[in-house]
Amino acid sequence: MSSNTTDHQLVSLTVNGTEREVVLDSRRTLADTLRHDLGLTGTHLACEHGICGACTVLVDGRPARSCLMFAVQAEGKQVRTVESLSDDGRLSDLQQAFADHHGLQCGFCTPGFLMLAEGFLAENPDAGRKEIREAVSSNLCRCTGYQTIVDAVEHCAAARRGHQEGNVQ
Amino acid sequence: MSHTHPAPSTATLVGSAVPRREDPRLLTGRGRFVDDIDVPRMLHAQFVRASVASGRLTSLDLSAVREVPGVVAAFTADDLELNAITAGLHRPPEEYVPTGMPVLARDRVRFVGEPVAIVIAEDPYAAEDGIEAAKAVYDVLPPVLTEDAALAPDAPLVHEEAPGNTLLDVSLFATEGIDRIFADAPCTVRVESRTGRQNALPLETRGALAQWDAREEQLVVHTCTQIPHQVRTVMANCMGLDERAVRVVVPDMGGGFGIKCVVGREEIAVGAAALRLGRPVKWIEDRKDALTASFLAREQHYGLRAAFDADGHILALDADVVCDMGAYSCYPFTVGIEPLMASSEMPGVYRVPAYRVRGRAITTNKAPTAPYRGVSRPQYVMAVERVFERAARELGLDPVEIRRRNVITEFPYTGVNNITYDPGSYLESLDLCEKSLRDEGWYTRQAEAAEQGRHLGIGYSCFSERTGYGTAAFAQRKMKVVPGFDLAEVRMDTTGALTVTTGTISHGQSHETTMAQIAADELGLELHKVKLHQGDTERITYGWGTFASRSIAIGGSAVRRAAGKLGERLRALTAGLLDVPYEDTVLDKGRVRLRDDPERGLSHVELAEVAYLRADLLPAGTEPGLTATASFDTLSDGTFSNATHGVVVELHEGTGQVEILRYICVEDCGVAINPTVVEGQCRGGIAQGIAGALYEQVTYDAQGDPECTGFMEYKMPTAAEIPDITIHHLETPSLITETGAKGAGEGGTIGAPAAVLNAVNDALRPTGVELENTPVRPEQIQLALEQAAHEHKESAPA
Repeated sequence: MSSNTTDHQLVSLTVNGTEREVVLDSRRTLADTLRHDLGLTGTHLACEHGICGACTVLVDGRPARSCLMFAVQAEGKQVRTVESLSDDGRLSDLQQAFADHHGLQCGFCTPGFLMLAEGFLAENPDAGRKEIREAVSSNLCRCTGYQTIVDAVEHCAAARRGHQEGNVQ
Repeated sequence: MSHTHPAPSTATLVGSAVPRREDPRLLTGRGRFVDDIDVPRMLHAQFVRASVASGRLTSLDLSAVREVPGVVAAFTADDLELNAITAGLHRPPEEYVPTGMPVLARDRVRFVGEPVAIVIAEDPYAAEDGIEAAKAVYDVLPPVLTEDAALAPDAPLVHEEAPGNTLLDVSLFATEGIDRIFADAPCTVRVESRTGRQNALPLETRGALAQWDAREEQLVVHTCTQIPHQVRTVMANCMGLDERAVRVVVPDMGGGFGIKCVVGREEIAVGAAALRLGRPVKWIEDRKDALTASFLAREQHYGLRAAFDADGHILALDADVVCDMGAYSCYPFTVGIEPLMASSEMPGVYRVPAYRVRGRAITTNKAPTAPYRGVSRPQYVMAVERVFERAARELGLDPVEIRRRNVITEFPYTGVNNITYDPGSYLESLDLCEKSLRDEGWYTRQAEAAEQGRHLGIGYSCFSERTGYGTAAFAQRKMKVVPGFDLAEVRMDTTGALTVTTGTISHGQSHETTMAQIAADELGLELHKVKLHQGDTERITYGWGTFASRSIAIGGSAVRRAAGKLGERLRALTAGLLDVPYEDTVLDKGRVRLRDDPERGLSHVELAEVAYLRADLLPAGTEPGLTATASFDTLSDGTFSNATHGVVVELHEGTGQVEILRYICVEDCGVAINPTVVEGQCRGGIAQGIAGALYEQVTYDAQGDPECTGFMEYKMPTAAEIPDITIHHLETPSLITETGAKGAGEGGTIGAPAAVLNAVNDALRPTGVELENTPVRPEQIQLALEQAAHEHKESAPA
């Protein structure tokens, strides 16, 4: 960040529930800020042109490509990364579903898929397999052939619905 | 050679779908990939790359680069003075021309993207600013971009030492009298099959972080490679260092699929820059460079001719294989890997009595190639499977029936290619695959669809793949550097916990789980007592890494052997301490007990305490400590996994799109250490095979400029294109590995292109069109369907 050609800005954003202030180049991406300024390396970069989705995080609750956002654009926003999903090292239901269904192999694209699915299911809790497959098709995976990722998200969604119905009763 | 049979009956973990031990780390964002490692005083590198496909670099001015704010240094080939990366084969000059790949090109550039300088800056943004400021002037030469152009009589030469742009030209087999067989045969068929250039495309691009450790007097390089020990060897050679002065460490790796099993020039340059500057230097390849300047794969041409008798038995196969290897030979495999693989293994699962083959590697002004998951087998299986489909049509036979009449059914079987195949389930997998599709009603649906004017096709592919190539198999190729064996070490600590170290390295294949399953069973330990350590050249003397589906077959066998040796030591220690005969001891659930007196025994913890902390108690002649090492090599022709893939597709009139309606894979990889992991390997491989059959292709324009510079141009399939896949397992244990496991890494990639192409052609059958090249794109299918519709209209009654 010592490049002198660009101006520096103070950016305030909330990351995983904690308010953070960072001074950075205005051209610095949100992905680089999360990874290298804030040390949250769970968010990965695989194409840096917004196609693969490995860098997906939630910005104000919705999936966003952190490689396509400048960090300054996150001023005042709530950002959630993969590090927010588990509580005290215990896997969340979504993470557990990925483990149960072998929805990851090398694990590099996985944080992006998790955040995509987390955001998608929050907005579409009743999504069926076809819609899930369509949503999941916005990220790329080279290991799994996708089927087990779809399985994981589908089972997580079903379990969440079952849980909610159980609560109602 | 060991003839140990599969895992003992006491085994509880081998064969179980135990949960992956990698997952909690990777799911919580606590994986550690190369770019996750930041160290103090770290600099960042990017490469100035050639902008012409072929030319002389007449001047390279980096003065403006060095003025860019944040740039610390910029080095050319002259600055770094590194030896070229040179792989080789022991073959005569008329068969093979060795060529070196300079770490940075000096005066001659051979493809767009070739690195000519390294720029180092305080941050990655400044490094990118830096490369923009480089001023390179080229004397542009006419590029050679296709097979035909490379082999044309007056073609410009990519390497001046290689006449005809041919780096390898071998004729490995030529059965006597084969021409007469063709002349006399009742049926001969011809197939011309070309496969597009592909990118293996791991989601994590390549990258390296190099730093000098003054205390250890070592250059420590964290890099994502499938072959850490070979990177160490080459790095030391290029830099003129003792090999002990280099340590290569592989952290978590985001896929490799083969292109990370060769030594890249960039990681060497990064190491040299770090040494020069006395500061850590990190390089992370961007996606554009990964698509254009990394290693590519697959572009091959098969000209096959086959003779059949009237009953559909193949009599002879005559093959001409040309592989477009791009601009440079890869280390350690060389340009020979693809044509030699195809030449020696093409008869595959079929009893081919007469065989002639010529295999060539040609060089062109395109990015160099590396082995990519499957290595020539996806291509030759596709070509050979086309041969059988074509013969079935000529002879009026069912495509499954003609295969049934030709697959090898007696084992061991020594082929015309001098390879001995170990037992497999070639016929059984074919039968089960066909039965599954028939039972599900796909043949009925196909007939119904035809009546409605829809185009459903059913296609198969049948193949075996040699897995776990040992030293003998690679030596047969006459490689100067011969892969094959692997090593393992096991170490039990004072608490009875076990660390297993291997020379193989997982980049998604779940070794942390599967290797632990093998070791835990062997020692009667619970899984959580075993941990795998991999990917650090300081931790194990040498290793051949992970490629060719070798890790479980060879590395896993070494692990079982090492664990077995440690088990012997634990039993000997117990025998000494309890004063009983060695033969009376058995390993059982975390302890060694007496065979006939289960109550009497010593736990691993008690034994480990004695071995380290109470050496005074050690029986005479017993060494302190609890470690063991072992090596393993498949000394015969290796072991052969096999599978049949069955696919149903529908071709959509109006768009030419291919929709995969059903995909069934019947696979046999011997003992499946972890069935979930095997299925994952199959599905992932099949997805890459489908990608090659229908979607992916790297293309260049007429000047040799890459046309696929991002994911907008390179069509990698998503969840919308890859169907659900059903996998049936057969199990023919390998008799030559310690675990009974064969290999499972590559099969999916091998079987899918042929099965998909055959299904497409089955659907196109009414049109009379047969497509033989991949990828099959909608426009070709559309054309064939329109032609069929036109003919249908013409022939319809008025």
